[in-house]
Amino acid sequence: MSAPRDPTIEEFYKYCSEKKLMGVRCVRCKHIMVPPRSICNNCRSSRVEWTQLGSKGKLTTYTVVHMAPPQFKHMTPYAVGIVEMAEGVKLPSIIRVARLELLKIGMELEADFSTNPQESAWPQWPRYFFKETA
Amino acid sequence: MVRRERFHLAAKPLASIVSVGLSKFGRREGVYARELFAEAALESFHRLEDFDPGKQIRAAFIGQMSESYERQSHTAPMAANWAGLLPVAATRVEDACASSGAALRCGIMAIKSGLYDIVLVGGMEKMTNLPTPEVTGILATASDFPFEQWNGMTFPGVFALMATSHMHEYGTTEEQMAMVAVKNHKHGALNPKAHMQKEITLDEAIKSRVVSWPLKIYDCSLITDGASVAILAKPKLAKKLSKNYVHIIGTGQAQDTFLMHERESLTTVKAAKLASQEAYKMADLRPKDVNVAEVHDCFTIAEIIAYEDLGFCRPGLGGKFIESGAPALDGSLPINTSGGLKSKGHPVGATGTAQIAELYLQLTGQADRRQVKDAEIGLAHNLGGSGATAVVHILRSG
Ligand SMILES: [Zn+2]
Repeated sequence: MSAPRDPTIEEFYKYCSEKKLMGVRCVRCKHIMVPPRSICNNCRSSRVEWTQLGSKGKLTTYTVVHMAPPQFKHMTPYAVGIVEMAEGVKLPSIIRVARLELLKIGMELEADFSTNPQESAWPQWPRYFFKETA
Repeated sequence: MVRRERFHLAAKPLASIVSVGLSKFGRREGVYARELFAEAALESFHRLEDFDPGKQIRAAFIGQMSESYERQSHTAPMAANWAGLLPVAATRVEDACASSGAALRCGIMAIKSGLYDIVLVGGMEKMTNLPTPEVTGILATASDFPFEQWNGMTFPGVFALMATSHMHEYGTTEEQMAMVAVKNHKHGALNPKAHMQKEITLDEAIKSRVVSWPLKIYDCSLITDGASVAILAKPKLAKKLSKNYVHIIGTGQAQDTFLMHERESLTTVKAAKLASQEAYKMADLRPKDVNVAEVHDCFTIAEIIAYEDLGFCRPGLGGKFIESGAPALDGSLPINTSGGLKSKGHPVGATGTAQIAELYLQLTGQADRRQVKDAEIGLAHNLGGSGATAVVHILRSG
């Protein structure tokens, strides 16, 4: 068995490159956190472990960005939102839909990954995102 | 006079404000942050007679959000130098858009601790020298990088998420948000220091270009250059320094989760609720005692949520509150008489103490065409980032 991986943001994105969406769960109170961190936000315990999240989630709120910073300009207009996973934990994400008018609070989404590294020297992270369920 | 009697037993002042200064807000081409700061400082010195700032001011707390605009850090000694305050102990305070609200709290703590008798607090930001997309990028740095910025969130974007939630949960409309913009532009048109002294129509606001749906250009505060200062003194010294002084009787600050998706709710700014509860308690006052308020309208939805968080109306009724006309200059609780961040402008680091400058003018009867009659209690509400920081102050006329 390999050594447990540290509850860091870098490791979260390494998992993304393995097409795994991961959170950390507090061993004591079972609270799940994304981004991962070493101290539980709920009970302050420092015993946390990685847990794999399913791919299904629901859109809880969203916006359609028309004016973006230079690195996102080529994507405008694009949607970002907050997705609530079946496990109860939420995370921010780019939302890819065929037509932006289809966006709706409560809509079912599923996670996917793009592994294209960015052009910048740092960070070299892959991306998770959410799309309409097939 | 009736009101005055009611409050004479209220909380003891923490510190007093004896003077304020504001640079002209706007596109200040060719003028650097330090020069804007000196402009604001000079105005605050001129309000006082027989005052030697270099000798009497021994500490300064100066808010500034980012060194990226001017490629300049270590800015507190720089600003203090340009304001002629050396060898003052000068420290920069940074809490994003709440930087100078937090600087004010540092000043209050410095006075209240007994360490200093007179301190200067203030803030500054020079923003218009860069193109808008770059400014958008710098502003976004106040939100989380690896999860929020990385996923394409912008500063308007994070408030748009709150707007979408508020619309969904309470039926708040784009029209109600636009009403906030119309009101604040109407107020700003009366403020000679405001960036945009121009009234707008509801139609113009609603039909303006989408920035981050549901927020449009006229839902967003302005990218502005500006600086603001306030001179604080031990309450005992206030009368000796100026006939125009106000007391700070409540201060509160709270933080919430750094990332928005971890908040309990996106229809409220919990940190603002907690900060205001702390300030109300200290001041021994309730929301209905407030006569005039400056709230953090970085986006129109933020002002609507502020009405609710500060207890001016019930949760979910912020849209109805603006519709009722209550927060207009001639309403029952005038809000953002300065024009707010929307029309006066939002030089990020200067905003917190610029709100205080407006309340000082109101509570000393010097607000000219924007004067709220008999204003005695003022409240300032200053947010940092998407609401991970909130600072609230309550002021009482002297
Ligand atoms: Zn726990």
